[in-house]
Amino acid sequence: MKKAALYLSLVAALVVSSAALVQAQGKNITVKGSDTMVILGQRWAEVFMSKNTGLTVQVTGGGSGTGIAALINGTTDVAEASRPMKDGEKADAKSKRGKEVLELPVAVDGLAVYVNEANPIAELTLQQLKAIYTGAVKNWKDVGGSDQKIILYSRENNSGTYVYFKEHVLENGDYYPTAQTLPGTAAVINAVAQDKRGIGYGGIAYGKGIKHLRVKKDANSPAIEPTMENVLTSKYPISRYLYWYLAGQPTGDLRKFTDWVYSKEGQEVIEKVGYYPLNDTDRTNFSSRLTGAGPAKVAAVASKKKS
Amino acid sequence: MSTLATQITTAEVSEIRHRRIVDAVIEKVIYTSAFVSITIIFLIFLYVGKEALPVFTSAKVHEEVTLKMMFLPQHYGTAEAPVSYMWQPISQVPKYSLAPLLLGTFKVTLMAMLFATPLSVFAAIYTTEFAPRWLREIIKPAIELLAGIPSVVLGFFALIVLASWVQKIFDFEYRLNAVNAGIALGLAVIPVMYTIMEDALTAVPRKQRDAARALGATPWETAWKVVLPSALPGVLAGFILGFGRAMGETMIVLMASGNAAITSWTFAESVRTLSATIASELAEVVFGSPHYHVLFFVGTLLFAITFILNWLGTTIVGRLRRKLTGAIA
Repeated sequence: MKKAALYLSLVAALVVSSAALVQAQGKNITVKGSDTMVILGQRWAEVFMSKNTGLTVQVTGGGSGTGIAALINGTTDVAEASRPMKDGEKADAKSKRGKEVLELPVAVDGLAVYVNEANPIAELTLQQLKAIYTGAVKNWKDVGGSDQKIILYSRENNSGTYVYFKEHVLENGDYYPTAQTLPGTAAVINAVAQDKRGIGYGGIAYGKGIKHLRVKKDANSPAIEPTMENVLTSKYPISRYLYWYLAGQPTGDLRKFTDWVYSKEGQEVIEKVGYYPLNDTDRTNFSSRLTGAGPAKVAAVASKKKS
Repeated sequence: MSTLATQITTAEVSEIRHRRIVDAVIEKVIYTSAFVSITIIFLIFLYVGKEALPVFTSAKVHEEVTLKMMFLPQHYGTAEAPVSYMWQPISQVPKYSLAPLLLGTFKVTLMAMLFATPLSVFAAIYTTEFAPRWLREIIKPAIELLAGIPSVVLGFFALIVLASWVQKIFDFEYRLNAVNAGIALGLAVIPVMYTIMEDALTAVPRKQRDAARALGATPWETAWKVVLPSALPGVLAGFILGFGRAMGETMIVLMASGNAAITSWTFAESVRTLSATIASELAEVVFGSPHYHVLFFVGTLLFAITFILNWLGTTIVGRLRRKLTGAIA
């Protein structure tokens, strides 16, 4: 029994000391969250570190929720998220960190809807997309296509993409249960390319065997192609902000980093990674939040979605 | 002084003492390794159980989900809506029915076993009873090499290639389905089952085969009616271990099954398993939310199911072995 206790304490000591080692690793900035944004975050970190020697920025993925959870628990400086933080999460963060969460939209992303290239359908309205994904419409002929069943492909519910599509296209309706959920945009594109009756959604990426649908806001509005220009000018109806979340106003190096992300140079990085930079109005608006001068709530985002 | 004592020099005494010390140290090291592994397993189980506990006790969790809601059919939406089972944790009204996940796990595992068991049994019989030595030396390592294929590679293969074949052969409506995932899972299980079954068959004494052949049995009759029955405990053990592996395997089903949480008995449709659900949702879940605790509960359930199966398996195998050896004696 005594022996057992001794060994147990040895194991405990090992665990504690290794945890302490991890904690002790100097002052650096940690960025954690959305898998959609992890490459963007890494590129930002690389360029920023090359201009500020002696500073380390660590970027890891795991998903928007993982990053937000880390922000709430105080294990990361910046949470990257491809969906806005929920009110409950903001309240949790405030009670645990003692500071109001600072919401910083840093880039723009568009979601494309894909069908197989053999599918005669070329455009759909948001309403039709909702009907298809909630199971109200089950046959392509009901939206102007050929008489065959619609096979739904979706992302896993751990992705910001899933949540964004659910909120903005399904208007918070539930996905029809037969929707097959796949890990990653590449898997969805591959599945749709192999399935003549399939439909899927994800980042605006091109793949063999699929085509992007033009999306109409409603039956009377024009069908918009998911291109850079249309996303930037907010013409394309399924576009979203990508966010950085901080606990309170940033100071010191973190402040320098966030300022830089909003600079021309920082915004240029976004395009190289394949997302869309903020337009100038948004950029001035959102970056002014860093000084505490900007509007506290995301009024601009809300108006953008409704317009 | 006795003659024996005078024969042992002081150098020899110190050498013996030295060897005793080394022996004691090694014993301690081995003891520590064993103890550390057990401690770690126990601590993990304790942690998972602790995180699942609020499903039973926390009022905050019960506002969103109760045990009844996880296992019994529910009226979703209005009270007039027909009862159904739904797993939709990210929703205005989160729905946490475990029925589609349990059914999905069962369907995929059953399919994997249906595919893998006959192949493993016959492959093991062939290599031990029929194959010439040189061929056995090739087949055995080749099958065991299959265990070295990372499951993510098998899953990717099933997602891209196997799914198209399966769809073409059976003309299924859904490309990713229980059959596709089951076959891929079977590929992962075959080496586990084959290795154990092969060992069990090899362990059957030569004498039994010779006796059967002397009594006029054909090689096939000897293999099927004499060798296989006496190796039955080992063969069953292989089956049970394979079953446990198939149930817990995550990456293959995550990629190859389509992951749609539906309750249907047909194997032609997409399925979502317990393990794939944990893998895909846990990384994103809000820490400490009802969804988080439910996922840990799912993990505990999965652990409990495999634990009970393994325990049942060893008990049955033990009983069978006693009965068989008893009958021979």
